[in-house]
Amino acid sequence: MSEHTVSAYDEELTAMAGKVAEMGGLAERAFADAVSALVTQDHELAKSTIENDERLDALHQEVEMKLIEMIALRQPMGQDLREITAASRIANDLERVGDLAKNVAKRAIAIDSNLKSKKLAIGVEHMTELALGQLKQVLDAYTRRDAEAARRVQEADAEVDAIYTSLFRELLTYMMEDPRVITQCVHLLFCAKNIERIGDHATNIAENVYYMVTGDRLPEDRAKLDETTGAV
Amino acid sequence: MTETTLSPEAAEKPAKLPFKSKSLYEVDDLTRKRNAAEKRFKTYGMAAIGVGLFFLFVLAYTIISEGIPAFTKTIVEVEFSLTQEQFDEAEGQLFKTKAYEQIFIGALQGQLQESGVSVPFDATTIERIVGKPGNTIRSFFTANQDKLGGPAAFELAASSRVDGYMNGRVTRENMTDSRFLQKTDLDLVDNLVEAGVIKTVFNWNFITGADSGVDNPGAAGIGASVVGSLFMMLVVLFLSLPIGVAASIYLEEFAPQNRFTDLIEVNISNLAAVPSIVFGILGLAVFIQFMHLPQSAPIVGGLVLTLMTLPTIIISTRASLKAVPPSIRDAALGIGASKMQAIFHHVLPLAMPGILTGTIIGLAQALGETAPLLLIGMVGFVARGYPDGFIAGFTEPNSAMPAQIYTWAARADFAFYEKAWGGIIVLLVFLLTMNIIAIILRRRFERRW
Amino acid sequence: MNEMPNIEQATDMTETKISANKVQVYYGDTHAIKDVDIEIQPRSVTAFIGPSGCGKSTFLRTINRMNDTIDICRVEGSIRIDGEDIYDPKVDPVQLRAKVGMVFQKPNPFPKSIYDNIAYGPRIHGLARNKAELDDIVSSSLQKAGLWEEVKNRLDEPGTGMSGGQQQRLCIARAIAVSPEVILMDEPCSALDPIATAKVEELIDELRENFTIVIVTHSMQQAARVSQRTAFFHLGILVEEGSTQDIFTNPKDKRTQDYITGRFG
Repeated sequence: MSEHTVSAYDEELTAMAGKVAEMGGLAERAFADAVSALVTQDHELAKSTIENDERLDALHQEVEMKLIEMIALRQPMGQDLREITAASRIANDLERVGDLAKNVAKRAIAIDSNLKSKKLAIGVEHMTELALGQLKQVLDAYTRRDAEAARRVQEADAEVDAIYTSLFRELLTYMMEDPRVITQCVHLLFCAKNIERIGDHATNIAENVYYMVTGDRLPEDRAKLDETTGAV
Repeated sequence: MTETTLSPEAAEKPAKLPFKSKSLYEVDDLTRKRNAAEKRFKTYGMAAIGVGLFFLFVLAYTIISEGIPAFTKTIVEVEFSLTQEQFDEAEGQLFKTKAYEQIFIGALQGQLQESGVSVPFDATTIERIVGKPGNTIRSFFTANQDKLGGPAAFELAASSRVDGYMNGRVTRENMTDSRFLQKTDLDLVDNLVEAGVIKTVFNWNFITGADSGVDNPGAAGIGASVVGSLFMMLVVLFLSLPIGVAASIYLEEFAPQNRFTDLIEVNISNLAAVPSIVFGILGLAVFIQFMHLPQSAPIVGGLVLTLMTLPTIIISTRASLKAVPPSIRDAALGIGASKMQAIFHHVLPLAMPGILTGTIIGLAQALGETAPLLLIGMVGFVARGYPDGFIAGFTEPNSAMPAQIYTWAARADFAFYEKAWGGIIVLLVFLLTMNIIAIILRRRFERRW
Repeated sequence: MNEMPNIEQATDMTETKISANKVQVYYGDTHAIKDVDIEIQPRSVTAFIGPSGCGKSTFLRTINRMNDTIDICRVEGSIRIDGEDIYDPKVDPVQLRAKVGMVFQKPNPFPKSIYDNIAYGPRIHGLARNKAELDDIVSSSLQKAGLWEEVKNRLDEPGTGMSGGQQQRLCIARAIAVSPEVILMDEPCSALDPIATAKVEELIDELRENFTIVIVTHSMQQAARVSQRTAFFHLGILVEEGSTQDIFTNPKDKRTQDYITGRFG
C-alpha cells in the first residue's frame, strides 16, 4: 500500500499496529505462563502473571485512546477505517485474553495441590497448545495482513472446542467418582472453559483480521462444536 | 550555491538547522533598506501628484483669468429723448445716420455737463469709442416710432479697444495712436467712466448669442455653437450607444470565436487609435460627397463623431460585460433562462454603470474634437444665428464649440483671443455637466446593490 | 406514436432517472471525460467525488447541458433522462434546464430582492398566472429550503445581503421554485462554514424525497453524509460507482482506496 500524503498519519498507523502486536505478545505470554503455573503449581509464576496483566490493561487503554484520537483527527476511510476499527476490536479481544489468563493464574493458586491426574493436565496442556497456536497464528496473520492465514485460524477453532467437550465429560466423571475432588475439578473446568474462550477470542481476532484485509466478513459457517451446553 | 551547501541531513531535518534568534527591537540593514525604498517611492508618488496638481492649478488659473473678460462687456449708456421733429428732420437729410450721430453727441454732452464733467470731444472720437452709433439709433426709432418724444436709454457696445482698456489689456503705455484709438481718447473714456456713462456689465450675449463678423468681436457669442454641439451630441448618443452596446453584446456573448471575429476585435481596437482627422476625411467622402448630406450640418458632424466614439464605447462596454461575474450568468442559465434573458435581465443591468462611464467618456471626447469637423465644414462656417426648429437643428449649417473656439483663436483681432478663452470655459462647464449627469446616473444604477 | 415511449418511460422511472452511456467530453483537443457509464436512481442523492480536474464537475454539467455555453466543448455518447436523450437535436437546452436545475459552488443570488430571486424562474417559465400564485411558489420554495422562517419578514431585502449559508439555501430555493425533477449541485458547500454546511446537508437529505439529486463534492465526509450512492472519478474516468457505504468502507478499486484514504500524491 502506498503512503499517505500526510506522513504523520502513516507513522501513527504503524505505531498503533505495533502497540497491538505488543499487546498480542503480552497476552500470549500471560496465557502460556498461567497454564504452565497451573500445571506445575508454580505460585510465583502465577502471581507474576497476575501482576503483568496490569501492563496489558494499561497498554489496552493507551491503544484505545490513540484509536479514538485518530478517528477524531484523521477521519479514516476505507482501508484505514477498517484497520483502525479492527485494531480496536483486536485490542479488546487481547485484553480479554489477558483477563482470562489472569483468571487461570488465580485458579492455579486456588487449587493449592497437585493435580489429581496427569491425564487431566495433559488434556489441559493439549488444549492450551492448540489455543496458543491459534493465538500465535492469528497475531502473525495480523502483522502480515494475511487473510488466508486468518481464515485457517478460524477453522482450527473447532478442534479446541472438541477437546474442551471431552475434557468436560472427563471432569464430570471424576467428580461423580470422588466428591472430594469436586472443588479442584470445578477450578479445572473453569480453567478449561477459559482456555476455550481464549480460542474463541483468537477466532474473533481472525475474523477481524480477515475483514481488515479484505473488507468482507468471514463466512459464518463454522459449526458450534461446544456440545457441553447440550450435555448438561 | 545553496543546493551544494544543503547536505541531505539538513534537508531532512530543516528544524534542526542552527538558528539564532534576533531581537525584534533591532532593525536590521535589509529592513532599513526596504523601508527607505518604500519611503522613496511614496515621495516620488507625492511629487508626481504635486506636479499634476500644479499644472492643473496653472491651467485652471490661466483659463479663468484669461476667459473671464469674455463674460463682461463695456457699454456706453446714453439716455435721451428724440422728438418727432428731430426724427423727421434727420430722416430728411442725405446722411441720415450722421444726423442721428449728431443728436447722440448732443445728448452725450448734455449728460456729461449734468454730471459736471467737461471734456471736449468730436464725432471722430466718439466713433472710435462706440463705433458709429447713428445706425443703431436710427433703426431703433424707425422700428419703434411710438417711442418718439419719450426718453429712451441706449446701451451701446464700446469698441474692442475701449473694452480692452477697461479690462486692462490695453494701457496707455502699450498702445500706439492709430485710427482705432488715440491716447487722448482715453482721457475722455476716463471721464465717461467717472460720469457713469461707460460701465462694465455681464455679457449675456456671449453665452446666448451667435458669432459676429471679424470686425466686431464685442458682439460675438458662443450660444449658437453650444446648440450645434448639443445637436451633434444627440446624434452621437442616439446612434453610438445602441449600436455600440448591441455590437458589444453580440461580440461578447453570442459571436462564435473564430478568425473572423478575432479580426473584427483587432480592428475595433485599432479604430480606437485612429487619428480623428481620418474619420473627418471619411465623413467628407462618404456623408457629404457620396450621400450628399448638407455640409457643415450637425447631423454630419454627429455621424462622423459617432464613428469615432463607437470603438471607445464598444471597448468599454465589452470590458464591463466581461467584469460581470460569470456566476450570475450561470445562475440565470441554471434555472432555465435563455441566453438572451440571462443577458438582458441580469448581465446588462450589472454592466450598466460601466457602459455609462464608457459612453460619457466617448461623448466627452467627441465633444472636444475639432479635427474631423475641419473637414466637413463646421469650422469655416460662421454661426450667425440659431436654427429654426428641432429638425433644422440637425440639418442647418452650424458650428460646434471647439470649432468656434478654433475660429476665434485664428482671428486677427486680439479681442477674439479672450473670446476663445471664454469659449473654453463654456466648453468645460458643458463637459462638467455631462460628467455630473453620468455620475448621478451611475449612482442610481449602482444603488440597486 | 406516443404510446411506446411512454410505456418505456414508465418502466424506466422505477429504476433509473438518469442514465449515461459511453459519454465522452472534449474540450478542444483535450479528452476530458472518457467512456462514462452510470445510472442514477430517482429520489436519491448521488455524490461525485474525485481529485480536482478529474472531470466530475464537467460530467455534472453535461447533465443539464451547461457545457453548451462553452464553445470548444463537445459531448459524445448519450445521456438519457427518463429515457429521453437530452443531446437529441430536438431537445432545447433551455427547456432541459428547467427540468434539471443547478446549484453552484459559490452562492450566486441575483443582485435583487429575496422575493425576486425566487420569483425570477417561475416568471420566465410562466409558472404563475397571477401575483397570488407567484407568492405561493415563493413561500413554498423558501419553506422547502428551510429558509422561510429566517426571511419571511424581509422578502424585499437584497439576496446578496444574507450570510453565505443563507445565500446558498436561497439558491437552492430558487432552483426548487421552477419545479425541477433533478437538481445538480456543484460543490454547494465549499464556500460555507461547518454549521451552514450542516444546514445545507440537512436540506439535501430532505429534498431527496421529491428530487433526484446529484452532488459534486470535494469533501468525502460530505459525500458520505448526504449520499446514498457515490461515484469516484479520476482523470476523466469513472473509476468506481457503488453504494456509499461500500465506497467508503470497502472500495473495490485501488485508486478509490488511495483517494479516500488520502494516499494520492
